[in-house]
Amino acid sequence: MASLVGSRVERKEDKRFLTGKGRYTADINLANQTYAIFVRSPHARASIKKLNIDKALKSSGVVSILTGKEIADDKIGGLIAGWAIRSEDGTEMKCPGNPPLAKDNVNFVGDPVAVVIAESLEEAKEAAEKVEVDYKVLKAVTSTADAMNGDTIHEGIEKNLCFDWLLGDRQKVKEAFDKADKVISIDIINNRLIPNAMEPRACVADFNAASEEITLYTTSQNPHLSRLIMSAFGNVAPEHKLRVVAPDVGGGFGSKINVYNEDIVCSWAAKKINRAIKWVAERSESFLTDIHGRDHVTHAELAVSKDGKFLGFKNETIANLGAYARVFGTVTPTYLFGPCATGVYEIPAAYTNVKAVYTNTAPVDAYRGAGRPEATYTIERLVEKASMELGIDKTELRIKNFPTAFPFKQTLVHTVDSGDYVAGMEKAKQMADYKGFEARRKESEAKGKLRGIGVTSYFEACGIAPSAAVMSLGCGVGLWESAEVRFNPTGQVTVYTGSHSHGQSHQTTFAQIAADELGVPIENIDIVHGDTDKGTFGMGTYGSRSLAVGGIAIVNACKKIVEKGKRVTAKMLEANPEDVEFKDGEFIVSKSNKKKTIGEVAFACYLPGVRDEMKSPLPEGDEPGLKETSFYDPSNFSFPAGTHIAEVEIDPETGHVKLEKYTACDDFGRIINPMVVEGQVHGGLAQGIGQALYENAEYDETGQLMTGSYMDYTMPRADNFPEFNIGYTCTHATTNPLGVKGCGEAGAIAAPPTVMNAVIDALGGQEVTMPATAEKVWKACKNLKKSNAKAA
Amino acid sequence: MKDFNYHSAKDSKEASKLASSSSAFLAGGMTTIPSMKLGLATYKDLIDIKNIKKLSGIKVSGKSVTIGAATKHVEVSNSKDVKKAIPSLSSLAEGIGDPQVRNRGTIGGSIANNDPSADYPSACIALNATIHTNERKIEAAKFFKGMFETALKKGELIEAIEFQIPEKSSYQKHPNPASRYAIVGVYVAKHKEDVNVAVTGAKSCVYNDKEMSKALSGNFSSSSIDGMDLDSSEMNSDMHASADFRASLVVTQAKKAVDAC
Ligand SMILES: Cc1cc2nc3c(=O)[nH]c(=O)nc-3n(C[C@H](O)[C@H](O)[C@H](O)COP(=O)(O)OP(=O)(O)OC[C@H]3O[C@@H](n4cnc5c(N)ncnc54)[C@H](O)[C@@H]3O)c2cc1C
Repeated sequence: MASLVGSRVERKEDKRFLTGKGRYTADINLANQTYAIFVRSPHARASIKKLNIDKALKSSGVVSILTGKEIADDKIGGLIAGWAIRSEDGTEMKCPGNPPLAKDNVNFVGDPVAVVIAESLEEAKEAAEKVEVDYKVLKAVTSTADAMNGDTIHEGIEKNLCFDWLLGDRQKVKEAFDKADKVISIDIINNRLIPNAMEPRACVADFNAASEEITLYTTSQNPHLSRLIMSAFGNVAPEHKLRVVAPDVGGGFGSKINVYNEDIVCSWAAKKINRAIKWVAERSESFLTDIHGRDHVTHAELAVSKDGKFLGFKNETIANLGAYARVFGTVTPTYLFGPCATGVYEIPAAYTNVKAVYTNTAPVDAYRGAGRPEATYTIERLVEKASMELGIDKTELRIKNFPTAFPFKQTLVHTVDSGDYVAGMEKAKQMADYKGFEARRKESEAKGKLRGIGVTSYFEACGIAPSAAVMSLGCGVGLWESAEVRFNPTGQVTVYTGSHSHGQSHQTTFAQIAADELGVPIENIDIVHGDTDKGTFGMGTYGSRSLAVGGIAIVNACKKIVEKGKRVTAKMLEANPEDVEFKDGEFIVSKSNKKKTIGEVAFACYLPGVRDEMKSPLPEGDEPGLKETSFYDPSNFSFPAGTHIAEVEIDPETGHVKLEKYTACDDFGRIINPMVVEGQVHGGLAQGIGQALYENAEYDETGQLMTGSYMDYTMPRADNFPEFNIGYTCTHATTNPLGVKGCGEAGAIAAPPTVMNAVIDALGGQEVTMPATAEKVWKACKNLKKSNAKAA
Repeated sequence: MKDFNYHSAKDSKEASKLASSSSAFLAGGMTTIPSMKLGLATYKDLIDIKNIKKLSGIKVSGKSVTIGAATKHVEVSNSKDVKKAIPSLSSLAEGIGDPQVRNRGTIGGSIANNDPSADYPSACIALNATIHTNERKIEAAKFFKGMFETALKKGELIEAIEFQIPEKSSYQKHPNPASRYAIVGVYVAKHKEDVNVAVTGAKSCVYNDKEMSKALSGNFSSSSIDGMDLDSSEMNSDMHASADFRASLVVTQAKKAVDAC
């Protein structure tokens, strides 16, 4: 049987998605359901003086209106940060309470204060307009850079500072800088982004009064984790009385990791009113209340010797958390950011200092890449600048500082098991025709255009992560993953995974893995996920961990099936278990060449006997049935890496940046399905290029979101992109049996610095901030013209 | 969205009779429906005019192209007749919004709405259009009054727009990257007697740039407007483009248009 791993198996999920048969949360309608509308603060910062629901209650069709008071009275818990970070001075981070419905204070536009539940959506909307809230508006804090100088948002949290964290050794860095020939420094902004999943958030909550069970259908990337948080911290229901189902989910990019206010409120309220409640976000609500991403202000420095060796690295960053610290809000700008900020380079001394601040803006949390795009942007912009200032070719300078021996002990935290950065760079250069660039630059010049080329070499820490390691660093949970592989008596297989697919094609990729492990045709394998009532626990899908952690749990569970199969075969064929081999779905006794198919073995496990004889195929000690579970805790992170090269052409008259060429050469370890991987790379690149050239979430000084719709928030479109030129190098991960590393975030991590390095190259080294909009680039072109004129 | 009455008018007369101070005509609905959904506008009556036969279709004579008010953007962009007579008008229509918008939005709706960054108003000015209503004919130069303001009276219905066929013309738009409306759009048309340089997006209302028109009437070459320093004091300024950038773009787009003619 040919191996399925490595081949372009057509996606099992396509039939349902392409024929409109996907079943998303908003498609779910329960008998006798009601509709919820949330009353949200129109102010970025205010105290609630009075909230009057009398008029609204009289509005037609209203079933119930609940506010922050009721939720507090019922002792329903607030939203939490999942990772405890300690400041450099040893103090614990400071987090404000974040009740699901605000009672006393609101802290960003969109913060919910009440929920209106009615017989129809229209009636709920109508009534919501009649809820009267008397706010005392307070001065908002919106700027990341100035947040520490603003009014105190949360009582007791001075300077709006959640923590002031350090990773690395300041003294060693100082010594390295003292010895340096040159110091390259840079001030950069990592612009705030809005994830914009295609499917807006939604939930349907149901309560069964007889069994006292709450079922919550919700747009989550991690239903098991949501249930745990809602039970343990939300006090919504004990875990065994709470079922969380995340059916088809239309994209998450991190924005659907969090348990949100609406999940908790609808679950709690469904029990209170003893009826099902449905809530579906409008797109404007998504803009305002989905978590946002990035939003860093950074000063970084690189100490170099004159021949281009990197000696030391400093990174001083202010990270905006938004109004509250959420699930991955505090780890994103720390452990997901700091360790990767030294990039793919041997740098003997380094530190990263992050001050995480609260502002009156939507909470900021993990968004595709989470911390690693910010890290890569910092180091790769700095390295590019170093190449300009040192006059060393940008690819040569990088190669000079690449590690060549693996495992590579990276400066701050990680030990990278495998990779070949030089090979990746050489291949990328070839794919991009790096040598031919000068000629292309001249051609552009002849047309009155400016052309630039930009390079990024990156690595990322994915496959999060060894539980003991992350818990020692403050993580509230272990980051293992589980799988259950269940044979049916008649030979088909159901695989339950704790990972969740919201666009990642688990149904196909995971089935390919199981098919190879078990020798069962892929058509006979079903992947089940997304329901806490089906299968064991899982931590969910983010951090490019589904395959590298969840996939391995499947492999391990399959291996246990095979082990049992060997024992059963041995008993059936009267051989030694050690003499039984398994290949392509058959158990073969090596000495006699007798065999049993895995289907026969499964059948025997479920029907362990024969007519007229007292005889069992099961060896002593083995139970009937064929089902195995694995909880896999990875031994290390996985480390995808690669080099990307972009070329842009700028029209100096209009400032328009045209992305002419984009080359991505990635090392994702073993590739299970190249077609699926291409999809992941394309999507990541679109988001990364979006950050560099188009997307930006902007608040005004009063905390109103200026980019609250697609009229003003620039989502990139297909016609903004060239054909992507994609290639791979493959060094297998040594830390897991599949040799896989993860591919979901690479594009979003590498593209921003790649594109910006190209833009800044075209602009003769002039800095522009992301996104490189026409006006910013136009201004830079004017400056360039002036300085060129002066020079001439 | 608040409740409203839906009417489908069979002719212009019925449509204008149904009109009141709390009604709107429903053409493509691409402006009306979103503003109702967002609660920015409420109407008691929506009067659908798409079924009025007379309002749709494209006619070309020797001197002019006449487009029915309820003709969709996609029909204008796909029309072989328009492509032949005034290719720039066809490409303008092709550059409006996205396929969904082009498949519903109409030329009459666009002009009646007079959004300061809409594309069609510039075509009307540049191509010396005549707006035919159920009551009268209005010259384009007198039709666009100000931001979202036109010469139309309550209940007056645009029936068709008649464009003068120029010798040469081109429309060049610098789109808002998010919405793809014009940050600045410049429509240059060279007629036998004169040259029009109609500018949209730059100010509160579409206008004919007299300075550039004059320069180009003297010498129809981009060099005659190159480096022109326009007064930006009345130009729009928002998060997508400052007034200075818009002033520069007006000249740049005008030059591009002349070069493309
Ligand atoms: C996402 C999006 C992107 C867009 N991008 C662009 C763009 O790039 N460039 C651009 O120019 N436009 C753009 N538009 C606007 C689009 O062209 C609309 O179609 C247009 O503004 C309104 O036309 P409509 O037929 O949809 O009018 P409707 O929404 O039906 O009506 C709009 C107004 O016009 C009035 N009206 C309609 N027809 C008549 C008539 N015959 N006589 C008198 N009054 C009438 C109505 O009473 C109403 O007040 C965009 C719209 C959207 C939603």
